[in-house]
Amino acid sequence: MSSAVTSAAHRSQVLSLYRSLLHHSSKFAAYNFRDYAIRRTRDAFHAAKSESDPEKIQAMIHKAQKELEVVKRQSLISQLYSGEKLVLETSKHQRNFIGRH
Amino acid sequence: MSFARLTLARGAAPMLRSVRASPQIARIASMAVPRFVVSPSVSAFHTGAKRMQATETQVLITPSAESLGFEVSRAEGESNTRPIYMDMQATSPTDPRVLDAMLPYMTELYGNPHSRTHSYGWETEKAVDKAREEIASLIGADSKEIVYTSGATESNNLSIKGVARFYKGKKNHIITTQTEHKCVLDSCRVLSDEGFDVTYLSVGKNGLISMDDLKAAIRPDTVLVSIMAVNNEIGVIQPLEEIGKLCRSKKIFFHTDAAQAVGKIPIDVNKMNIDLLSISGHKIYGPKGVGALYVRRRPRVRLVPLLTGGGQERGLRSGTVAAPLAVGLGEACRIASEEMAYDHERVKRLSERLVAGIQSKVSHVFRNGDEVQTYPGCVNLSFAYVEGESLLMALKDIALSSGSACTSASLEPSYVLRALGAEDDMAHSSIRFGIGRFTTEEEIDFVISRVVAHVDKLREMSPLWEMVQEGIDISKIEWAQHA
Repeated sequence: MSSAVTSAAHRSQVLSLYRSLLHHSSKFAAYNFRDYAIRRTRDAFHAAKSESDPEKIQAMIHKAQKELEVVKRQSLISQLYSGEKLVLETSKHQRNFIGRH
Repeated sequence: MSFARLTLARGAAPMLRSVRASPQIARIASMAVPRFVVSPSVSAFHTGAKRMQATETQVLITPSAESLGFEVSRAEGESNTRPIYMDMQATSPTDPRVLDAMLPYMTELYGNPHSRTHSYGWETEKAVDKAREEIASLIGADSKEIVYTSGATESNNLSIKGVARFYKGKKNHIITTQTEHKCVLDSCRVLSDEGFDVTYLSVGKNGLISMDDLKAAIRPDTVLVSIMAVNNEIGVIQPLEEIGKLCRSKKIFFHTDAAQAVGKIPIDVNKMNIDLLSISGHKIYGPKGVGALYVRRRPRVRLVPLLTGGGQERGLRSGTVAAPLAVGLGEACRIASEEMAYDHERVKRLSERLVAGIQSKVSHVFRNGDEVQTYPGCVNLSFAYVEGESLLMALKDIALSSGSACTSASLEPSYVLRALGAEDDMAHSSIRFGIGRFTTEEEIDFVISRVVAHVDKLREMSPLWEMVQEGIDISKIEWAQHA
């Protein structure tokens, strides 16, 4: 019973963390950092999908929370000092990041 | 956000207007470009990195006057874009996580890590020591064995000159290879002026040294063997473990320049019997201007320092440790050890995609270096019948190099490729592709398409290529002497 309750609580917490991380990752102005942050977030959450040990889950949540703070700060800095776009970001190469999550 | 609020409270009128106006601009921009929106509070302070660099009159970014023979003009119609970065062996972008770790030490926590009398010093010292532990654990060392330096060049100088000068008189011989980085070769040259004997081992066609050559080169008075871990131009990985074992059995110190290896391939100084190891910050997504040297404590390696002064870093490297940079290097190492498997798998996949993509569409492309013992993030390709520099100039949209950044200004073929026994024309036609943590599939595909297009175009213009197509063996041709 209690494990079911905690896992349900974990589930919503994890999903909200995942969404926030993706949201803030997509705010990096620099193409390579933006792509990496989104990809790394997806891959990390995907790899941990079947984890059932509550202690490990808690540790991962804690780590993701810290990462989220970093992404929030650094995406802001990336915006403050953003430069020209890369050649492959020009219209014909444009890729829609927001539509993907 | 808080920054913006601060300005509002102070009532700076022009700023107020721009802050108010910006949400609308952002909203309009968001309709046109749905992908990425600068938040309103940010746009008021936003500054382009280029804008900060520019003077009153807009200048075109070109190589400095010392760079020979390069005339850079922008491609038509692409005036506002930056090329793709594919020169990871020259330097890598600073990881945002590294910058995040450094920023507190560039702003609030500015204490001198060597100040013992107040908390400003203590807090910085604590961070510098924590970073030292991260560096040590990445290479399986103890944190007491790590010395901060300004980069791998200083680490290499310190270990080679330091060891040689300490044991001078008793032992007078140093062994290195022909394909080392310039700073190792130059340190050895300085030492041979000081009376040391230096043996430069040749390498095989695959770029690897032969253990038999090394065994044969060892003399009773050999003090140091310096062989790099991963080559910066062709990416080959030397057999560190075997070299270390041999050196230990002969009681010779083993130094390795691991600037291109640390954080990318697993390194364990104890398993590999490495006595001295050079690390660079900016090759592993850390800051420029910082590096480290691992100096073994048991059996102890003794060095004569290059710099004397306050006796910091166990007297081996006087001068205040650059705390923000050291913290950045530590964070870069921490991330590297956490991400090594993930990064390596990805870099390998992208590297295979690049090589297969180019080789399937262009013939006569050869990869320099060993096929197996190579770090996949460094791909050195020779395009036969194409002049490397012309191809580099044609590939304006991609930041590439034909070899190390230190020698990229000269039009000489790379000494590393010549040491492999490559013909001059093949050495001239080589390009190095560097793939890293932040490289994307999209970039690789873009690079493949551009390389293929330009190689085809350049070959069409080449009379040599025409002859090859007609089945003439060019190496058999006897060229007429110029009158």
